[in-house]
Amino acid sequence: MNALVGIVDLARFQFAMTTIFHFFFVPMSIGLGIVVAVMETLYVIKKDEIYKKMTQFWGKIFLLSFAVGVVTGLIQEFQFGMNWSEYSRYVGDIFGAPLAVEALVAFFAESTFIGLWSFTWDRFKPAVHVIFIWITAIASMISSLWILAANSFMQNPVGYAIDNEKGRAVLTNFGDLLLNKQLWIEFPHVVVGTLVTAGFIVAGMSAFKLLKLKQDDPEVPLFRKSINIALVVGLVGLGGAFITGDQHAFELQSMQPMKYAAMEGVDETINSSKRADKAQPWAAIAVTNPKTHKSIAKIEVPYALSILGNHSLTGGTTKGTIELNKEFEAKYGKTKGDIKDYYVPENTLFYSFRVMAMGAGLLALVAIVALWFNRKKSQLILTQRWFLWVMGVMTFFPFVVNTAGWLVTELGRYPWVVYGLMTIADAVSPNVSVASLLFSNIVYFLTFSTLGGVMIWLSRRVLHQGPYYEQEATQTDRDPYDDLAGKEAQV
Amino acid sequence: MSVLQLLWFVLIGVLWSGFLFLEGYDFGVGMQFLTLARDHHEREALYKTIGPTWDGNEVWLVTAGGATFAAFPYWYASLFSGFYLLLLGVLLALIYRGVSFEFREHMPTRQGSAIWERLIAIASFFAPFFLGIILTAMVSGTPMDAKGNVSAGFFDYFTLFTLVGGIAVALMSYVHGLNYTRIRIDGPMRQRAACQLKVLYPLLLAGEALFAVLLFFYTNFIQTKPVPVLLILVVIVATTVLGWFMTVKMEKEVLPFITSGLTLVEVAILLFVGLFPRVMVANNPLHSLTIESASSSPYTLQVMTIISLTVLPIVLGYQIWSFWVFRKRIIAKKVVE
Repeated sequence: MNALVGIVDLARFQFAMTTIFHFFFVPMSIGLGIVVAVMETLYVIKKDEIYKKMTQFWGKIFLLSFAVGVVTGLIQEFQFGMNWSEYSRYVGDIFGAPLAVEALVAFFAESTFIGLWSFTWDRFKPAVHVIFIWITAIASMISSLWILAANSFMQNPVGYAIDNEKGRAVLTNFGDLLLNKQLWIEFPHVVVGTLVTAGFIVAGMSAFKLLKLKQDDPEVPLFRKSINIALVVGLVGLGGAFITGDQHAFELQSMQPMKYAAMEGVDETINSSKRADKAQPWAAIAVTNPKTHKSIAKIEVPYALSILGNHSLTGGTTKGTIELNKEFEAKYGKTKGDIKDYYVPENTLFYSFRVMAMGAGLLALVAIVALWFNRKKSQLILTQRWFLWVMGVMTFFPFVVNTAGWLVTELGRYPWVVYGLMTIADAVSPNVSVASLLFSNIVYFLTFSTLGGVMIWLSRRVLHQGPYYEQEATQTDRDPYDDLAGKEAQV
Repeated sequence: MSVLQLLWFVLIGVLWSGFLFLEGYDFGVGMQFLTLARDHHEREALYKTIGPTWDGNEVWLVTAGGATFAAFPYWYASLFSGFYLLLLGVLLALIYRGVSFEFREHMPTRQGSAIWERLIAIASFFAPFFLGIILTAMVSGTPMDAKGNVSAGFFDYFTLFTLVGGIAVALMSYVHGLNYTRIRIDGPMRQRAACQLKVLYPLLLAGEALFAVLLFFYTNFIQTKPVPVLLILVVIVATTVLGWFMTVKMEKEVLPFITSGLTLVEVAILLFVGLFPRVMVANNPLHSLTIESASSSPYTLQVMTIISLTVLPIVLGYQIWSFWVFRKRIIAKKVVE
């Protein structure tokens, strides 16, 4: 077993690294697709050229994020077989289907229509052209539905039976896979998250640009309008994120109590009826000893966990991690594969959850102030330069918040790869060497550093050039059929 | 073996065929960034011919991977973990190639763009090269145990046969790409592509002959299924000769493009016919994975069949429509600066 530890750790590290990096660009491109589609729709309705410039400008950032998102997504599809072959054998009958369907119904549509959208600005009427970006945006959203259906099966396996003869899980009801309760709390939360991500990227980059521009620069109105559109989208997303997030946490109590207890820093079971105030206190800060799994320090807010977890001022019970571990040992046995206990990394979950929730709260605050400063009659957005800096910094916040959310979700299913069904240690490819895994980890790390660096650098360049850049230049980039004229066009 | 199992084996063959036909010329055009285009404008023109559609073409490979996972999870698990480093090579080539198309457009200088263009050309060679090695190694047999775990070393991947296979797929893609350039580009590159083809067709034929000979020694294709395998080999050579003839003697453009695409499809057919009824060939024949032993449950196959047969016609419809939209020729010309 010792020899396997290296493989499992390296494969887990690779999954974490590739998924986190991929998921920087997924919500960015899905959300930007929607923001850009909204902008182009405004162009079609209002027929104001400023919206066309705006669409094309943010479209460039969208295309950059889409490119990186697509290629890093390739790794996701391949690594289940490469690093997790035992997993693929055991649940492939169920897990492979949503992945294949994702490619069929979503990848084809988004990749074909994004090509049509970016190369046909002057060949279709605006009312037709805008359809291409909507199809791209909706298809990429549908793709997230399918991959999350796969992930939801890992979190909350449904619609399957165990085939003892072949030693694998088999699909018994495809509908169950799509109606998985976990999917319908996860998918809406991810969708609204994409809106938040894109909203604050557009608003933050606009803020950086406004810092550079003089107040009477002709580009200023375009960026001020961009901020309004983006933050309205972002606030809609945040509202949705709070509602779906609350629901998510609430459902976790019954679906994955260990994840919930760790998120809220509950080591010893809290039973409100045994307490003087009849309510559960909520830990604002908690430090847990990872060896004993006991809480070392805690700052508590009374009543708050009853409100969050019981949706009332008092009452409710939250099982602590220690009690849950005993229950799991009774249910699944003391040793299953490599597992010594069923604890999750409590401190990481606890603080990731708080980073996510408080980060979202901060974003909401900034969005409201920004929309107030950016009213039509007000110049505050231009004069309060400190606030533009605050907004600029917010560009990077959604990435942190998204990552924190996924850390809670994915680390919270430890030690399971499929909850209650298969452990992570049993899922890894037994035939892949430590050297191969180490090598691929290093190569991916260097690749991601390069791609991330180039991505940031090129985004800054696009921002620096501004939305009117191409008109001054040679126009070679935008439309191939006018500049690099075809036979027909020459006649 | 059930009807659905057979259908999915055929469908995965179809997906590979579609991928090789479509992305094959994309790889070829990518290589031409270094071997055919002479300046920035010509590279720009080459990019315009595949820019809007290459991504959709690549999805054929992604779908083939996903379909293998869904329909034959044991095949997917053994193939992907067994050919680990080669697949890593394919992935890296596709990653760098994919982002380079986008990154080159936003570079501040042409020298800067040229870095990504070089990367496109190199990656466009290695992607089909590694895929060719994987496909030929998959059919020639690997050290695989009874559980389907492949423990292959360097010399299991890299034999004379797999190297010829890798180069053949890359060369076929390149020829296919030249034919594509001839129907999508006007100007000097169109002529230069024709000149290159005159040299490359004999080379390709020699490669195909060598491949056929090696096929006899490294696989049991010809021994077990002499008639169909030899027939397909003859058809591959005949299609290539036809393409050569139409390019040089008849100076046709569209028909050679179809023949070079068909050659790639015929290679996929050859591999799948030879594999049948296996999906992964083990050195010990008892350990080989078969269509029957590697497949998903009947229920999963039913669900996948219903979804695929509904969606695939729609996909084909809009993809063909997008090729129609981008059908015009493109000329590389210097724009006033």
